[in-house]
Amino acid sequence: MAEKFLEVKNLKKYFKTKRGWLHAVDDIDFVINKGETLGLVGESGCGKSTTGRVVLRLLEATAGEILFNGEDVLKFNKQKMREMRQNAQIVFQDPFASLNPRMSVSQIIAEPLVINKTVSSKHEIQKKVASLMETVGLASRLENVYPHELDGGRRQRIGIARALALNPSFIVLDEPVSALDVSIQAQILNLMDELQDELGLTYLFVSHDLSVIKHVSDNIAVMYLGKIVEMSDYASIFVDPLHPYTKALLSAIPIPDVDIKRERIILEGDVPSPIAPPPGCRFYGRCYARKDICKDNTPELLPVSEGRSVACHIVHEQRKG
Amino acid sequence: MTESNNMLEIKGLTIHYVTDDGVVRAVNDLNIAIGRGESIGLVGETGAGKTTTALGILKLVPNPPGKIIDGEIFLDGEDIIKKSEPEMRKIRGNKVSMIFQDPMTSLNPVMTVRDQIAEVILLHEKMPAAKALEKAEEMLMKVGIMPDRAKDYPHQFSGGMRQRVVIAIALACSPELLIADEPTTALDVTIQAQVLELMKNLKEEFNTSMIMITHDLGIVAEICDKVAVMYAGSVVEYADKLELFKNPKHPYTIGLFNSIPDIGNDVESLKPIKGLMPDPMNLPTGCPFHPRCDKAKPECSEKIPAGYDIGNNHIVKCILFNQ
Ligand SMILES: Nc1ncnc2c1ncn2[C@@H]1O[C@H](COP(=O)(O)OP(=O)(O)O)[C@@H](O)[C@H]1O
Ligand SMILES: Nc1ncnc2c1ncn2[C@@H]1O[C@H](COP(=O)(O)OP(=O)(O)O)[C@@H](O)[C@H]1O
Ligand SMILES: [Mg+2]
Ligand SMILES: [Mg+2]
Repeated sequence: MAEKFLEVKNLKKYFKTKRGWLHAVDDIDFVINKGETLGLVGESGCGKSTTGRVVLRLLEATAGEILFNGEDVLKFNKQKMREMRQNAQIVFQDPFASLNPRMSVSQIIAEPLVINKTVSSKHEIQKKVASLMETVGLASRLENVYPHELDGGRRQRIGIARALALNPSFIVLDEPVSALDVSIQAQILNLMDELQDELGLTYLFVSHDLSVIKHVSDNIAVMYLGKIVEMSDYASIFVDPLHPYTKALLSAIPIPDVDIKRERIILEGDVPSPIAPPPGCRFYGRCYARKDICKDNTPELLPVSEGRSVACHIVHEQRKG
Repeated sequence: MTESNNMLEIKGLTIHYVTDDGVVRAVNDLNIAIGRGESIGLVGETGAGKTTTALGILKLVPNPPGKIIDGEIFLDGEDIIKKSEPEMRKIRGNKVSMIFQDPMTSLNPVMTVRDQIAEVILLHEKMPAAKALEKAEEMLMKVGIMPDRAKDYPHQFSGGMRQRVVIAIALACSPELLIADEPTTALDVTIQAQVLELMKNLKEEFNTSMIMITHDLGIVAEICDKVAVMYAGSVVEYADKLELFKNPKHPYTIGLFNSIPDIGNDVESLKPIKGLMPDPMNLPTGCPFHPRCDKAKPECSEKIPAGYDIGNNHIVKCILFNQ
């Protein structure tokens, strides 16, 4: 029986802007089981990174519950929060955007150990750094090199080593391979897969790339404009997508196979603004299957079969018969 | 002059960037040919030399540090390398157009999109200004931008719409050859689908030849007739699209296919190519791929392989195919 690791309920994150409240994440729910990966996929601006950050409390939620092993993170005291900060880590697309460029590889990896005082002696820190570098496949001769001297793949290995330093059980991976060329991307994806198996890690994997998401995920949540529109196990959604947006998204991916002939759904227009969105389905304006009911009523994410749910009035009506 | 009626024929093109730190051998002995109305995908990872090749065709390689060291580029039978800059200016935007990854590099932020298109038309064709404006609006309609937006400025458009404006500019003078350098890389996938669909349709309507530069084999599968796979400045494999996708031969091409997560089938783990792309300032001797190649033999580090024709106009630059 799968054990719930993270459960998110009615999570909202609104940003105040000059033009009104921006609904970056607007009432989403999901569960990630221990040792599994939830893939969060959608186009830019749909709220993936915000979700990852709010879950780790790097951003404060506007509303909702974030339960780690059943305990609500939003109610944690300082001590609990400190534990949680060690236990839950994040890896970014560019792990160095926020780091001091004058730190060497070993200093970057050691920093969390130093700050959290988990290991005390210099010698032990060195030992831990060496073992982390080995774990992520970085040659020990790179210890004193500066990250800007390294290629994107190695830089991402450093980001992963740093995230692993405090022996976390959960990692948010925010577009960790999006800046990498495919031959290097494949190396990093395999590494993260191995680490998950060896260390029993739970991942929230954020990406705009559906083929990457399919490869890494146990379950997939598709986001559109702050909402989860469809949830599925990693496979069914590719065989039988239910939400009109998921269908369009899948049909839009260029597939490197000359034998596959697909009906392409070309969506009209662009994603609308997330500021003060009107009531009704967020996809209404671009939906090729819309009906009147979709205009003013927000569809709920409802289960439709084992492991699958969808937020679409049209699908719900069809299911009712 | 060449005898062939190819739209573009490149022979032995070699381009270097001479910098203080050393010589970057960005493009090495590159050969490709494109027939009229044909489209070729130039595929490769970052630093393979794709953009430099495109700039070479337009004689836009920044000099210094860039320099065309050797080679011939026949555009419609005429050798571009011998053309003067004023002659090139007549060719660019007229006979050959280019689309860049970032639309803002080709757009003027303080001019309405309609005026920008009209300006390009007037640069190459004699007609009254009012007629050029009319034609500009027609081009905008073709790329799906309605006349009520024609007098807007670039910043008032989304990324996908800007790229469509750039396409309208590029096609305004009915070029015979369109070079598109990662035109959809910065766009979301549903918007990319819109733009690719548009390019496919316009290419057919105008019978334009096209070089599609991309790192995405999926895009190649979708809109190209031929494929050239580039690695470290060389075209390592060159074939018709169907042939290349069904029968890839070069170990690098095979490695690329194995690295892509497959959306159609389940694969337990990916088979990445080991190691890293070489530094073009310090290319390995012999075949540039040999340090990463599973099939490498001792000779591979000694001699740069020739391109071997294995039939069906399928060329592989690898000694495994030397029979
Ligand atoms: N700090 C912020 N202030 C205001 N708006 C923000 C902020 N961070 C993100 N947003 C907005 O929230 C929405 C979701 O952003 P994000 O979570 O980064 O999307 P994704 O990661 O899916 O591309 C976007 O419209 C974005 O512009
Ligand atoms: N202006 C320049 N000066 C020096 N080196 C350059 C310059 N432009 C490109 N290069 C180098 O030339 C090589 C090929 O680059 P490029 O043609 O941009 O490749 P691609 O488009 O395939 O990514 C790279 O190693 C790049 O760093
Ligand atoms: Mg993001
Ligand atoms: Mg380039």
